[in-house]
Amino acid sequence: MVGILEDKDRIFTNLYGLQDWGLDGARKRGAWNGTKDILSCGREWIITHTKASGLRGRGGAGFSTGLKWSFMPKEVREGRPHYLVVNADESEPGTCKDREIMRHDPHLFIEGCLVASFAMQAHACYIYIRGEYVREREHMEAAVKQAYEARLIGKDNVHGWDIDVYIHHGAGAYICGEETALLESLEGKKGQPRLKPPFPAGAGLYGCPTTVNNVESIAVVPTILRRGAEWFAGFGRPNNTGTKLFCISGHVERPCNVEEAMSIPFRQLIEDHCGGIRGGWGNLKAVIPGGSSVPMIPAEQCEDLPMDFDALRDLKSGLGTAAVIVMDKSTDLVKAIARIAYFYKHESCGQCTPCREGTGWMWRVMERMAKGDADPKEIDTLLEVTTQIEGHTICALGDAAAWPIQGLIRHFRPEIEARIANYRAGKPHIQGHTLAAE
Amino acid sequence: MSVRRLAKEQPASWDFAPDTLDKASWWISKYPAERRQSAVIPILWLIQKQDGWVCEPAIRKLAQMLGMPVIRVLEVVTFYTMFQLEPVGSAALIQVCGTTPCALRGANELMALCRDKIGPKDQLSADGLFTWQEVECLGACVNAPMAQINDYYYEDLTPATLAKIIDDFKAGLSPKPGSYAGRHTSEPAGGALTLTDPSLYDGSRAKPLKIPNAPEPA
Repeated sequence: MVGILEDKDRIFTNLYGLQDWGLDGARKRGAWNGTKDILSCGREWIITHTKASGLRGRGGAGFSTGLKWSFMPKEVREGRPHYLVVNADESEPGTCKDREIMRHDPHLFIEGCLVASFAMQAHACYIYIRGEYVREREHMEAAVKQAYEARLIGKDNVHGWDIDVYIHHGAGAYICGEETALLESLEGKKGQPRLKPPFPAGAGLYGCPTTVNNVESIAVVPTILRRGAEWFAGFGRPNNTGTKLFCISGHVERPCNVEEAMSIPFRQLIEDHCGGIRGGWGNLKAVIPGGSSVPMIPAEQCEDLPMDFDALRDLKSGLGTAAVIVMDKSTDLVKAIARIAYFYKHESCGQCTPCREGTGWMWRVMERMAKGDADPKEIDTLLEVTTQIEGHTICALGDAAAWPIQGLIRHFRPEIEARIANYRAGKPHIQGHTLAAE
Repeated sequence: MSVRRLAKEQPASWDFAPDTLDKASWWISKYPAERRQSAVIPILWLIQKQDGWVCEPAIRKLAQMLGMPVIRVLEVVTFYTMFQLEPVGSAALIQVCGTTPCALRGANELMALCRDKIGPKDQLSADGLFTWQEVECLGACVNAPMAQINDYYYEDLTPATLAKIIDDFKAGLSPKPGSYAGRHTSEPAGGALTLTDPSLYDGSRAKPLKIPNAPEPA
């Protein structure tokens, strides 16, 4: 057996699209089985058991999904309908898991939308898919149509809870993965995050109570309830339970997506599923363990590292979306992070000054450092600037732009210094020639 | 942020094709009646499908249709980077993902090839057939490097396979999207190592089941 998780415990049984993704195939694999019985247990039961399973949001922040649902108002007030909005704007560099759910297991996902909508008394669910995912949107539209025709969703459906599922799409803005920016975008505006409070559970889509969840968080719920919260809670370490889709990209022999038990050791994940690091384990240099927003960790911390929220937090990094970007010794880490800095500069929505100006500033300095055209003192200036951006913006994009650079400096400062020394060697140096801010 | 402006040369007028109009009403019907503005992004996308890009008269028409001030539509069209604000290649719009996971596996070589074969990025090629752009993460990182060509993803590319794809588009063919390294989708190269248990697919999962911990019926 490869890895820890057995096939019988995998939720996404059509992850690779080798089977029929349509309704017949999905039903044969167990989707829509016992859904009515789940609903008949009541919303309190659903929320309690989702909490008990230990499911933490799969979109990156890792907040308890059941707890989030419980923040919705208990009563639906006249003129203020409840909404479920699913965040399928998967754009975090390294992450490509929701894509597989949407194109290969759409029915598990739609079933999850029904269960979650019922739990929070919503009759309308919007699924916000990133604009580039055209194929995925086609599959989702087709699957929603199948579900309507089979009366699994819609008015007067067989489950006894009216629910309309609508597919919406964006047009290429990373920031719309931030929940309030997503709501703005869904309302037909620029995707600029809202100040919180009010939180979406109080005033979200069209000013009504709304919960925004990630695709994976929603899609796993029906299977969790079908098999029992204890089953799901049986994988991984306490507070980090369940199964999780990992996306392993970069310098491994065979990059792939795989569903594994939470807390699987990093080395086992890479060696069992991806054929190991390109050029052998000794060739590993650094890993970005949870999508581009989290700080990298150096090879020596990776050996026995359990891949979960708490273990990575203790290393001042994070599990994020479990998008593992592996970099071997051939990697120019400064350049790799400079490219990530460019990404954040490109994707800043421009609303908050520290982020709008800071992401561009950090990118320009990183580009110079990648060449070595900098002053060693500027490393500290750069670090200082990252801390002035972090925590000083409406949303977390400022933090996400600052952390990769902090991670680089924390673990690979000598590499930047050597680059600068090397660039300067043999060149006449004029004091004050380069200024950090150009 | 990226600075995006409308093209200098604009057509004098523009109108919805009947098919675009049908689809636009279908989108509008998805939102509460007084919230038709929500359909702005999907309809802008339809406009782009109709013409290949979004022109200024179309923006005005759309504002009228949705009852929005023109400036609000302009804001949206310049904010979202998937909207092409000037005409693009008639055979293919090639968007190479340049973000780190793709860059680690050779996206820069793909872009060098595009530069050689097509010309500078973000510009219509001399023959009017191609435009290529570097875009940010397209979310297919385990199939890196990759490019979105027109609507679909071409994955696990090498300069050689991308060159062949470009030649095919040039010849008026429609090369198949997906992996160009023989993979089905995102399983490890050489075949899936997991999800091989036949009992997952024999229908045993569809048998009636009892929900664990269900409350006793009152």
